[in-house]
Amino acid sequence: MTQLALVIDLNVCVGCHACVTSCKEWNTSGWAGPLVDQNPYDGSPTGTFFNRVQTFEVGTFPNTETVHFPKSCLHCEEPPCVPVCPTGASYKRPDNGVVLVDYDKCIGCKYCSWACPYGAREVDEQQKVMKKCTLCIDRISDAKLSERDRQPACVMACPTSARLFGDVHDPDSEVSVAIRERGGYQLMPEWGTKPANHYLPRQKTRMHIDPDELTRVDNPLRKEDLTTYTGEETLDDVAW
Amino acid sequence: MHPAFSVIFLTTLIGAGQGLYLAMVTGQLYAVARLLPPQKDQFYAIGSMVALVLLIAGLVASFFHLGRPERAWRAAAKWRTSWLSREVIVLPIVMALVFAYGAAHWMGWTQPLFQLGESLQVDLTLLLGILGTLASFALFVCTAMIYADVKFLQEWHTPLTVSNFIFLGAASGFMLATAYSAYISNPLAAFYGAWAVILTLAGLVSRLAHLRHNARLKHKSTVQTAIGVRHSKLLQKSQGAMGGSFNTREFFHGQSQKTADRVRYAFLILAFPVPILLIGAAYVTVSSTLPVAAFLVQFVGLMAERWSFFAEARHPQNLYYQSVA
Amino acid sequence: MQDPVSYSDSTVGRVEVKETTCYMCACRCGIRVHLRDGEIRYIDGNPDHPLNKGVICAKGSSGIMKQYSPGRITQPLRRKAGAERGESAFEAISWDEAFQMLEERLAKLRAEDPKKFALFTGRDQMQALTGMFAKQFGTPNYAAHGGFCSVNMAAGLIYTIGGSFWEFGGPDLERAKLFVMIGTAEDHHSNPLKIAISEFKRRGGRFISINPIRTGYSAIADEWVPIKPGTDGALILSINHELVKLGLFDREFLVQYTNAAELVVDDPSRDDHGLFYRAEMHIEEGCFDPQNRLWWDRDIDGPISTHTPGADPRLMGSYTLEDGTPVKPSFQLLKERLEQYTPEWAAPITGIAAETIRRLAHEMGVMARDQKIELPIKWTDCWDNEHESVTGNPVAFHAMRGMAAHSNGFQSIRALGVLMTLLGTIDRPGGFRHKAPYPRPIPPCPKPPHGPEAVQPNTPLDGLPLGWPAKPEDLFVDADGEAVRIDKAFSWEYPLSVHGLMHNVITNAWRGDPYPIDTLMLFMANMAWNSTMNTGEVRKMLVDKQSDGEYKIPFLVVCDTFASETVAFADLVLPDTSYLERHDALSMLDRPISEFDGPVDGVRLPILQPKGECKPFQDVLIELGSRLKLPAFTKEDGSRKFRDYPDFIVNYETSPGSGIGFLAGWRGKRGDQFLKGEPNPRQWEMYAQNGCVFHHELPRSYQYMRNWNKGYLHWARAHGMIRYAEPITLHLYSEVLQKFRLAAQGKGPGRQPPERLRKRVETHFDPLPFYSDPLEAQMIDTRRYPLNALTQRPMAMYHSWDSQNAWLRQIHSHNHLFLSPSVGLANGFEDGDWVWVESPHGRVRCMCRFSEAVEPGTVWTWNAIGKAAGAWGLGANADESRKGFLLNHLITEELPAHDAGEHLSNSDPVTGQAAWFDLRVRVYKADEKEPKMTSPQFKPMPRLPGQEKQRGKWQSYVAGVFGKK
Repeated sequence: MTQLALVIDLNVCVGCHACVTSCKEWNTSGWAGPLVDQNPYDGSPTGTFFNRVQTFEVGTFPNTETVHFPKSCLHCEEPPCVPVCPTGASYKRPDNGVVLVDYDKCIGCKYCSWACPYGAREVDEQQKVMKKCTLCIDRISDAKLSERDRQPACVMACPTSARLFGDVHDPDSEVSVAIRERGGYQLMPEWGTKPANHYLPRQKTRMHIDPDELTRVDNPLRKEDLTTYTGEETLDDVAW
Repeated sequence: MHPAFSVIFLTTLIGAGQGLYLAMVTGQLYAVARLLPPQKDQFYAIGSMVALVLLIAGLVASFFHLGRPERAWRAAAKWRTSWLSREVIVLPIVMALVFAYGAAHWMGWTQPLFQLGESLQVDLTLLLGILGTLASFALFVCTAMIYADVKFLQEWHTPLTVSNFIFLGAASGFMLATAYSAYISNPLAAFYGAWAVILTLAGLVSRLAHLRHNARLKHKSTVQTAIGVRHSKLLQKSQGAMGGSFNTREFFHGQSQKTADRVRYAFLILAFPVPILLIGAAYVTVSSTLPVAAFLVQFVGLMAERWSFFAEARHPQNLYYQSVA
Repeated sequence: MQDPVSYSDSTVGRVEVKETTCYMCACRCGIRVHLRDGEIRYIDGNPDHPLNKGVICAKGSSGIMKQYSPGRITQPLRRKAGAERGESAFEAISWDEAFQMLEERLAKLRAEDPKKFALFTGRDQMQALTGMFAKQFGTPNYAAHGGFCSVNMAAGLIYTIGGSFWEFGGPDLERAKLFVMIGTAEDHHSNPLKIAISEFKRRGGRFISINPIRTGYSAIADEWVPIKPGTDGALILSINHELVKLGLFDREFLVQYTNAAELVVDDPSRDDHGLFYRAEMHIEEGCFDPQNRLWWDRDIDGPISTHTPGADPRLMGSYTLEDGTPVKPSFQLLKERLEQYTPEWAAPITGIAAETIRRLAHEMGVMARDQKIELPIKWTDCWDNEHESVTGNPVAFHAMRGMAAHSNGFQSIRALGVLMTLLGTIDRPGGFRHKAPYPRPIPPCPKPPHGPEAVQPNTPLDGLPLGWPAKPEDLFVDADGEAVRIDKAFSWEYPLSVHGLMHNVITNAWRGDPYPIDTLMLFMANMAWNSTMNTGEVRKMLVDKQSDGEYKIPFLVVCDTFASETVAFADLVLPDTSYLERHDALSMLDRPISEFDGPVDGVRLPILQPKGECKPFQDVLIELGSRLKLPAFTKEDGSRKFRDYPDFIVNYETSPGSGIGFLAGWRGKRGDQFLKGEPNPRQWEMYAQNGCVFHHELPRSYQYMRNWNKGYLHWARAHGMIRYAEPITLHLYSEVLQKFRLAAQGKGPGRQPPERLRKRVETHFDPLPFYSDPLEAQMIDTRRYPLNALTQRPMAMYHSWDSQNAWLRQIHSHNHLFLSPSVGLANGFEDGDWVWVESPHGRVRCMCRFSEAVEPGTVWTWNAIGKAAGAWGLGANADESRKGFLLNHLITEELPAHDAGEHLSNSDPVTGQAAWFDLRVRVYKADEKEPKMTSPQFKPMPRLPGQEKQRGKWQSYVAGVFGKK
């Protein structure tokens, strides 16, 4: 069975929010839209987004890491939000594992959002139905788009290619290889939700310099005889 | 969690409704067992109708919780997996049975249908009463399991949630039955009062155990597991939206810790000792109004209890929504 | 719902896809704009564009909300008769009336005194046209925003290596192995840099970020080196010290390609002290370094002409020429200079441990020395030496405003240029690489006018409004050595202010120093808010009147797309279009978008009809130029030469028959030429057919070592990019600076600075980089104001451009002051508290947020999130004005009066770069009883005529139906 998912590389995410707004712009006019905004030009503006980038600080100065953390629906393999839905509006597609909401069936009870430990679902406060990341189902399954364009908007936008998209059940897919080789992990594994989306951890490149490497025979200083004899007296002149 | 008033009203009203109905059936069963004098059908009928009104009020309140109430009928679809769906199915069944039970009494359909053993005359009301009782318990379980089944909400994910809903709902129902009996000067007031006190005490024990459970709770999720970074000092700086989001509105009670503490003290006083004292005072003074006061005070207390029930629950998603910048 | 698998977006509505170039920031990525029933459905990156390769950022993805923002101005507006400036009381007028007003006023000024008209623009990318308009008008008072942005970075490196970062060059991260980023916020050069850094990291490169703050790019650095603001020069000098001390420099590179081995006259008594010794030979004059200097050869132990085949010059030592002139190789002077800058010296200044500094130096030096890159590319240098390969040292740098926006920034950046040169990384693989039209001569050829006589009525300016002085004679000063320009650029106060000093224009004009002006035209520059220092006072200056009741700046014209804070102060408002409604040329004459491998330019094409009466500012200039009959816009018979901007772009040539125009691609009658060629009437179409971008990839042998690459230099000359195919020797030692210093020392017969400025010029025009404390810190009590305060731009906002954007403003609706918890502990406040930030010039109230990712002596906030109430189409209660704040209120545009002058700009004394980041503050808790609101607050700006009314509580954008019900 195919399980489509995102693999998010925290090692290169600079927190630019490209995935946030490219998602919003694609989806607000798409199959899953609109994504409504409340108080768009006034106090406390708020709206429905399928994806957010958050910032965390790890450690204390000066050993601080700043982690930018994009978060959207993880398309769990055991999605806790699906069985709790009383109407069947929330469902997991059998063909590709994408978790979706059928807005025509949603009664806006928000129970699915309670059942999601990740806060991945957001109610549309105007339409009064639950909304969430669709992995751009209307892009990835649109045969009229080119192969390259058949990807989620966030993946196409991401300037650092920090978002990989593919089938995590195919062991040879780019995403599976990345998970395997880069220590890809799931969020809140303690709940057994088996999120399909994975995150790749930070990796450090360090440089080691052995003291011997600092001086070499071809050191350019050797080209400059730093002393020159200008006729002054030396020990060689006076000692015997 | 953000305590929604629709859900507070729903659970407290139908709890009281179910409890009152259970009180009526209990009264009838005691009478059948000849432990209590039998009551006129009208007594059960009116009691059931009051219970039905409470159930209807709860149902109405629940619609305010729905974004799309006109589609509420769809909610029966997934009863195999969803406790919410099951509640949606069981609630009308309970209402129907309560109505039928009350109507049967009202219409006087009490001719024995058959006899069990030597003396147990089984009539329609008794059958409906027993069915209704089972349905009511099922409804308590369904309602409570909506909360208790969310495993991420460890404050709720305990059998104590179910026992609380049952005991507290039953207590308020019996309290109402006491008030009803006392108000019409029915001698059953003492019987119901005694049960109300017992159930209230049971509810207190259950709720205190629940508070203890929550106080000792060790949350499985931490900010470390939430983002998968292992470090003892890990603080969120921004959550990606500064004007708030559904995640900040739905999952936080939005009140200060002080307010939350006050509400907890309030419900611990209003829902338990005060009504018990009032019932005691009513028993001593044979008052017909103090039990009414006891019910009202307890009901307010239980609303506070339900508010607190929500406010106590710390959803793991909140780990992602700690700071704005 | 319909099954998404059977749903296709392309079947909804009438779909079109058009290509153009983004302008949500200055990066200029290629975009595809998808339309549905005439409304924007989706904007994504153009996969075929060399700059962004299909990616797009948060801003670019939010272009829809810029296009449909209610903050847009839609009609020309005139300040109502009787209304005061700043009240934002306007009446709509027709374009005809607006042009008539302007024509009358400007024609009169041009006939009387053209410099009474000043034109300043907020962005540089139209300056080929705006600058030309100013020149044609005859006013010297023109500049773009570079002076308050990053001119130190441009000047510091261009005066050292003949190129600089961002548009002019950048780090070759494809081949680098160590990447050091210094003082770069989350912006320049946005998407290309993000692409490059991530690929660099994936390849296992090591990334070190030197920055007081760890956000954005720094977040993913392998090592973060927190540094105290304004001390980058000290750090880099001490790294240079270590490299020279250990011999970790690329000797061969220094000898062949820099002036390191060239002999400098070392006799303080002589007028040519500190200048290169020049051998007698006939040399053609031009703006290039003549090849008449000497080396001291090891083998013959005597002087020899530079680049003599077989010569092996000394880099160190002290010698005496036959004529008795004492000389030293300039590298020797550098070595002597660096001796004092030990890591131990730098440690307390920078806050970086000496061993860390040493390690950084070792990493750079060893990586450069031991990981040499060799590419099998044959090339020939200017001295006809044939090279079998191109080699490089894989250490790359990038730096931006963090280094630049200090009053010591020029010399700090010179130090960086020296560091990059010592490591041998200039235009070589893995190091710094130029982008066309760079490298250019050091300094480039264009010069500002030389005196007040360059400004004559009804005559174009004699010289360019902006240029590159190479000697005191190139300054734009009067007989007393005082400024001719309103911003005092190119005067002895800021001799190398190559981008002007926009940040002092209003203050100077208000004071009438050096003279009052009549009309100030601002384009896209928010000078009444975030684009000005000392915002509160500047707003007062704009409304200040003379005794006769006339405003001190009598006429203010503002052209903008949005109802910015500045619009409120205008006498005439001209509604500009959005970037999706107009033609634009991202021209080689300006700041193009070239790649390392060759020149690139691009265009914007209109995707949508202009909203309301909006008119592109370029068309306004063409129209005005035609009406004023400026020569370049007028035929010989006096009729107008260009119909409109698109016509102008196609047909304009820099001089008749030059073949050089705004666009480099598809020139010539048939469109088969590039860079140089006759105008092509179908040029726009050809850009449209090619994704709006022209990219000429140079042959591989022309892609490296371009300062000295004979083939490249001749190619560049043949294609009109440079005037001389002469080698561009790197200025390790800056003779240009020494010439100014000699003048300040009273040497030579030429121009000399006014007395009050002698010491200042002598100090700062040091031919070798040196470190000094930022100017303001030298003049105020830093114990009272112990903290450095910085701003930086978040990646999802471009300065003030995006608060009108419903999506982006949700990400940053207001700002906090970020600071170390230790600052809170010391001053008695907690995370999230309301605090006052106070500088010697004012104070603002704001909320604080503790952060471990900031150097403890530094506080910072996001730039320009705070807005004045009611501006940008926002409601009066918007977070931006209630909870957002602007640090600019605390920053002075002028230094305290001191012996060098009463009103010197708070800028770098060499370049006039605004010293935004020299700001010193203290922070203390606001009283509990104070309102929970930022301070200062301003009276809400009312809606403008023609501006949309406030949108409702809900907005759900769906392309094709939005606003069409």
